[in-house]
Amino acid sequence: MAPVNSAQSSDAAAQSSAALRFASQSANTLFSLFITFIGLLAVTFLISRVIPIDPVTAILGERATGEQIAALTQKLGLNDPLWKQFGIYVWDVFHGDLGQSVRTRDPVLTEIGRYFPATLELSTLGILIGVIVGIPAGVLGATKPGSWRDLFVRLVGLMGYSMPVFWLGLMGLLLFYGELGWVGGPGRLDSMYEMMIDVTVPPVTHMILIDTALAGEWDMFWNALSHIILPASLLGYLSMAYISRMTRSFMMNELGQEYITTARVKGMPERRVVWVHAMRNVAVPLITVVALSYAYLLEGAVLTETIFAWPGLGRYITDALLVADMPAVLGGTIVVGAVYIGINMLSDFLYRLADPRAR
Amino acid sequence: MTTLNAWLLDPNPKSRLQSRVGQTWLSWLRFRRNPLAMIGLGISVALIFMSIFAPLLAPYDPIVQSLPDRLLPPLTPGHWMGTDDFGRDIYSRLLYGSRITLYIVMLVILTAPVVGLIIGTVAGYFGGWVDAVLMRITDVFLAFPKLILALALVAVLGPGMVNAVLAIAITSWPPYARVARAETLTVRNSDYIAATRLQGASALRLIWGHVMPMCLPSVIIRVTLDMAGVILTAAGLGFLGLGVQPPLPEWGLMISAGRKFLFEQWWVATMPGLAIFIVSLGFNLLGDGLRDVLDPRSAGK
Repeated sequence: MAPVNSAQSSDAAAQSSAALRFASQSANTLFSLFITFIGLLAVTFLISRVIPIDPVTAILGERATGEQIAALTQKLGLNDPLWKQFGIYVWDVFHGDLGQSVRTRDPVLTEIGRYFPATLELSTLGILIGVIVGIPAGVLGATKPGSWRDLFVRLVGLMGYSMPVFWLGLMGLLLFYGELGWVGGPGRLDSMYEMMIDVTVPPVTHMILIDTALAGEWDMFWNALSHIILPASLLGYLSMAYISRMTRSFMMNELGQEYITTARVKGMPERRVVWVHAMRNVAVPLITVVALSYAYLLEGAVLTETIFAWPGLGRYITDALLVADMPAVLGGTIVVGAVYIGINMLSDFLYRLADPRAR
Repeated sequence: MTTLNAWLLDPNPKSRLQSRVGQTWLSWLRFRRNPLAMIGLGISVALIFMSIFAPLLAPYDPIVQSLPDRLLPPLTPGHWMGTDDFGRDIYSRLLYGSRITLYIVMLVILTAPVVGLIIGTVAGYFGGWVDAVLMRITDVFLAFPKLILALALVAVLGPGMVNAVLAIAITSWPPYARVARAETLTVRNSDYIAATRLQGASALRLIWGHVMPMCLPSVIIRVTLDMAGVILTAAGLGFLGLGVQPPLPEWGLMISAGRKFLFEQWWVATMPGLAIFIVSLGFNLLGDGLRDVLDPRSAGK
């Protein structure tokens, strides 16, 4: 009895020390991400200070009196030393104050709260399409390298890497909306529904598919789906190019391992060898790949949203740029950067959770 | 010819030059066997050719407007790609636009990799807090999505070609720094570095003469793979009106001009997009091929 007990307790000790190591690694990651975020704020802060637009004139207009200017300069803290200004800036950002939009006079964070869900909805749908198509495509290529279907998958992926996303969007609109009429045009809804939406659908999540479904407005839901499907497929194609390429290379690597040969020799069906045995090991590095392309889609969304008149964060930033609304531009940049960092952290965390060797 | 071939493939080279040229020749022989890579090379050479001889090849001026000829469809005699809303020949504009594309790519690949190389080798060579600080800065820049940071920078600097190049360069150096640092770490403790250091070489000389050359192959591979990305980003900035300004025939800008009448005159937006697509596909194929030849580690894949 005794040896079993001691084995159990040493097992428990090993487990708790592994858990400790996991916790300390996570804390390390968190800390380094915190530093990175401060660095990100330093960059946006510097950008906002070297900018040729005077914030005082931007708020008061050209015809302000000297006293007004002096008072506002004092109020904005522009007379303080630079390090103090940066300190206040960081303090504000951590308290959710990203400044005020010059265009609308609304707090930037409130505005972003309205725009960001649309981007999130679009890129989430995009990554879903990318994963559902990309992983099987990569596996298909890896199981028969050099075959015509492998070549096809690689070529389609390579084309995804090489196409300007805004042009592809225009071509998609031209073909599927203009010529074939299969999908809705730019915008989130047809204009008829657009007028109704404020009345009939309460904005719960600001994501149109979820909101319309919650409100039970199914006509509107299907209309919204016909509008989102083209930009989402476009983003899906971009991420699919990357995901299928990486899946192919991971899978080929895995299929060369000895445990795969063993499984085959034992007479296991090939489908089970690939999709169960190899896939389990391919899935771990794929977490990082999927997370990276998800973060990348947020960026691809900037141009896509411009084409499809999609009221998301990307369009918010570009619209603000064109009227030199710098608080809005930089606020949007900070939020995108923060989401980017957050996704990276999450993928790092999931990776270590999924792969015991990484702990 | 046979003697030249024999000289090139001599297994016992008589001089350093012969060995180097022979190695390059062998790489070329391997590269030549890859049809996709050869297509990429062909496209890249064609782009250079087009941009050099644009004035000779273009039937019309790319800037001068000719309003009676506006929005002619493709395959009109004299305008086989059609004309845009100011009656300018799209084919001629594409030819001249290749100069702008090539110019932007050249400027970016002459700046960003150099900066990355310096930062990466210095960080890797000195290690310690120098490494920690430099890599932290690199991480900050990596934490920004490229296009968003480029947008914010252009907002500060103002739109224009040079500023677009600057913004793209500032956003694209960090990966090179990472690559160069990794290579530096692998050679830093090797015997030949120690031997040179014992002979009294300064850190500058060591980094410049003995570490950097080792990093070059991986950086060059990365550059060719990045060129397509640079083209796409530059076109994206142009498309948003933040890069090259009208009336210059930049391809992204031309697409944004054609967007207004996409459904009636589809060719105005389609043609420049095709040009961007073909060129970046060419660079991608070339990069893949070069990687297979130059990087023995990925050759098996």
